[in-house]
Amino acid sequence: MTAVGSGRTRLEGHDKVTGAARYAGDVPADGLLHGWPVLATIPRGRITGIDTSAVQAMPGVVAVLHHGNSPRLVEGAGWTDADPNLQLLQDDRIPYAGWPVALVVAETFEQARAAAMALPVKYHAQPWDVTFSAAHPGLYTPDEVNLHQPSETAHGDLDAGLSASAVVLDRTYTTPEEHHNAMEPHAAIAQWVGGRLEVVDSNQGSYAVAQDLAKLFALDLSQVRVRSEHVGGGFGSKATTRPPAVLAAMAATVLCRPVRVVLTRRHMFSLVGYRPPTSQRIRLGAAPDGRLLAYEHLTATQTATTFEYVEPAGVVGKVMYAADALRIGHRVVRLDVPIPKWMRGPGEAPGAFALESAMDELAEKCGIDPIDLRIRNEPAVAPGSGRPFTSRNVVACYLEGAKRFGWYERDPRPGIRREGRWWLGTGMGAATYPGETAPATAAATAEIDGTVTIRITAADIGTGARTALAQIAADALSLPVEWIRMRIADSDFGPAILAGHSFGTASWGLAVDEACKALRARTTGTPTEPITVQVNTAELIQAMGRPERHAFGAQFAEVAVDVLSGEVRVRRLLGVYAIGRVVNPLTARSQLVGGMVWGLSMALHEEAVRDPAFGGHLNANLAGYHYAANADVPDIEVGWVDDPDLANPTGIKGAGEIGIVGVAAAIANAVWHATGIRHRNLPITPARVLATPPEGPRA
Amino acid sequence: MGRVEVTLTVNGVRHAIDVDTRMSLLDTVRERLALTGSKKGCDQGQCGACTMLVDGRRVVSCLQLAIAADGREVTTIEGIADRDRLHPVQQAFVDLDGYQCGYCTPGQICSAVAVLQEYSDGWPSAVTAADEPAALDEVEIRERMSGNLCRCGAYAGIVAAVGRAAEA
Ligand code: FES
Ligand code: FES
Repeated sequence: MTAVGSGRTRLEGHDKVTGAARYAGDVPADGLLHGWPVLATIPRGRITGIDTSAVQAMPGVVAVLHHGNSPRLVEGAGWTDADPNLQLLQDDRIPYAGWPVALVVAETFEQARAAAMALPVKYHAQPWDVTFSAAHPGLYTPDEVNLHQPSETAHGDLDAGLSASAVVLDRTYTTPEEHHNAMEPHAAIAQWVGGRLEVVDSNQGSYAVAQDLAKLFALDLSQVRVRSEHVGGGFGSKATTRPPAVLAAMAATVLCRPVRVVLTRRHMFSLVGYRPPTSQRIRLGAAPDGRLLAYEHLTATQTATTFEYVEPAGVVGKVMYAADALRIGHRVVRLDVPIPKWMRGPGEAPGAFALESAMDELAEKCGIDPIDLRIRNEPAVAPGSGRPFTSRNVVACYLEGAKRFGWYERDPRPGIRREGRWWLGTGMGAATYPGETAPATAAATAEIDGTVTIRITAADIGTGARTALAQIAADALSLPVEWIRMRIADSDFGPAILAGHSFGTASWGLAVDEACKALRARTTGTPTEPITVQVNTAELIQAMGRPERHAFGAQFAEVAVDVLSGEVRVRRLLGVYAIGRVVNPLTARSQLVGGMVWGLSMALHEEAVRDPAFGGHLNANLAGYHYAANADVPDIEVGWVDDPDLANPTGIKGAGEIGIVGVAAAIANAVWHATGIRHRNLPITPARVLATPPEGPRA
Repeated sequence: MGRVEVTLTVNGVRHAIDVDTRMSLLDTVRERLALTGSKKGCDQGQCGACTMLVDGRRVVSCLQLAIAADGREVTTIEGIADRDRLHPVQQAFVDLDGYQCGYCTPGQICSAVAVLQEYSDGWPSAVTAADEPAALDEVEIRERMSGNLCRCGAYAGIVAAVGRAAEA
């Protein structure tokens, strides 16, 4: 039996259940100092004074770094784009509430915290605007959305399509500001060791962080080493270099001692990105049989004054449904807020909430089953590009899901199932996410004891990457998994794509597979000296081009709505996916289930609330910012269908993000089916349920 | 700031240490005793990542000052296994993938060990019916484990793992 395809418990499992696994904030050092960022309390203006003398004499305080005394940083650092969030303590400008204005460094955590609380900072505040609305006069059309994709995509005559349509749906859906809130707060420890800047950091890709630090501090890349052995969740918030690594490196450089910087939960609400709020207007025009003649998806969202990140909610329309005329557009407004960035399923997660809700509404209007409506609008080629898909097995997901869920026994009429005060309903939604591949370097070493060591700058942020890559190596070498030693998350192992965009296993897996094959070509059996082969997949991937390669899925939900309290309970979730080859069913299942839990949280719980009066959050903590706790999560069933796709020779598509996509719509559609009320604004809180009570007897 | 000497017995080892009076039990164990298995997710009592057992009961150690734990018996995640033999809860977490990133896991496991004790001591939970002792089924486990957040969403595995350990 091959290793790939069989469930394996995690290689680091023992360390994780015994407390031996060391995360960035756990790394000890002799003479360690603790840095505490002091954050701006106004959303826009200038610093007019920082009275360091007030805290300098406090016990244990070693330094207060601020724009007047901190090392100058080189501009331009950032992954794919210069990231202004890395230009820390460089000038007196305040671009948003929660921007670092100083770093207090002290001998102990308690001393640093006390001095940071006591540090007097004076500001000159300027008028600010932190309030997003779809009617904001500052909205403009950007040239590009996330990662240089076009902002607008169009073909056909939309107006003609709409006027020829027997059924027209015109709806607006909103999603709130959401935060990753990885369980592990961002942390870094930096120190100079033998002329090298050594950083252990909580990130999703140590190579890119090393590149950024080298650039910021004008160092040769060989003078920087970044590691992230264990990472306590990322979800995009640790994809790129974040302030702790920069601040710790800055302080370690000035003070010539090891420095640790760990964010508090509140710090995380302004410094590590977030999903910006969206308002999405969808217009669908259909023939009486449900066939789409016109499809329009216009997204309005917010970004910061310092960086233009545009949440690409419209991307779902480039993949999901055929329509004679298509128009996708985005607009964005710059506000005095922190920089939004990728959060699990950027674009697809909010976009699918709108689109998959709209498809449910269209099915209702046309009197067609929601699955039949989707199948009727299956595209022959990718609607956005007109190019063929490498594989497209979404219909298999619908049908397998419908069978497992008992979908076709469902009475489509809303508001007719009761269990006392609970109103019951079911709903579904489709899911899609790109299955792309990016370059990575991997080395395979045949050791003299017969084992093989794999080195790759992969990050295991909880995905099971370490284990999956060992399985891939084992098969490529025809060795038992136990004979593979995995070394990951060390920038010294060379460039490799970060753990994001569901890139990881497909991209690193390809590099590991190639390295192992190359090693096998060089040597078989046990060498007398270790033999190492290193490969980089950049050229291979260049040759692959950027085909329309996507994962798909179908999400099903059963809910109960208490019309007296407004509570929505999810009773059952089912997801069926086409995600290419599944390397490790045990951990892939956990990833997909985890994504679906995120979808549930998005549907019912998550919302960061910003106060226009002071520009910061009202709920920047885990008591005020809700995501699902154990008792909120029902039985979740996950399955996958055959999805062969060798456009990446490993056949892997990635499972990190697709699990969240479409779940919120499935739940909202189920709430409609239960109550007859459409909820187009997330999250569907008790207050919102109570504000629009369904018709009919209460109990 | 004030300093005070406290005596903590942690995982069976007695330590007399002098601490800053502001130090939480969590930070004391992590920074002074080099036991970094217990995690800090919020430092505000809202996530459960720092859960330890103090005199056999689960506490969120970020909300307990070290001086308040003076003289007490503390068990951290490093003390849950019987030397090299994993506790049944730990083994079940590994076997049933009751985690992803593992950051909430030390707290989940300490909580789960306490849940099994609380249940066998006959403590009810919010979902226990008034008149009959409930079985430790999924509904009970979910409720009793809800003080420990998991952002990876590993709850299904956690519930299965606690259920299996309860049978062991
Ligand atoms: S760290 Fe103690 S409850 Fe979160
Ligand atoms: S396993 Fe990552 S937070 Fe629970």
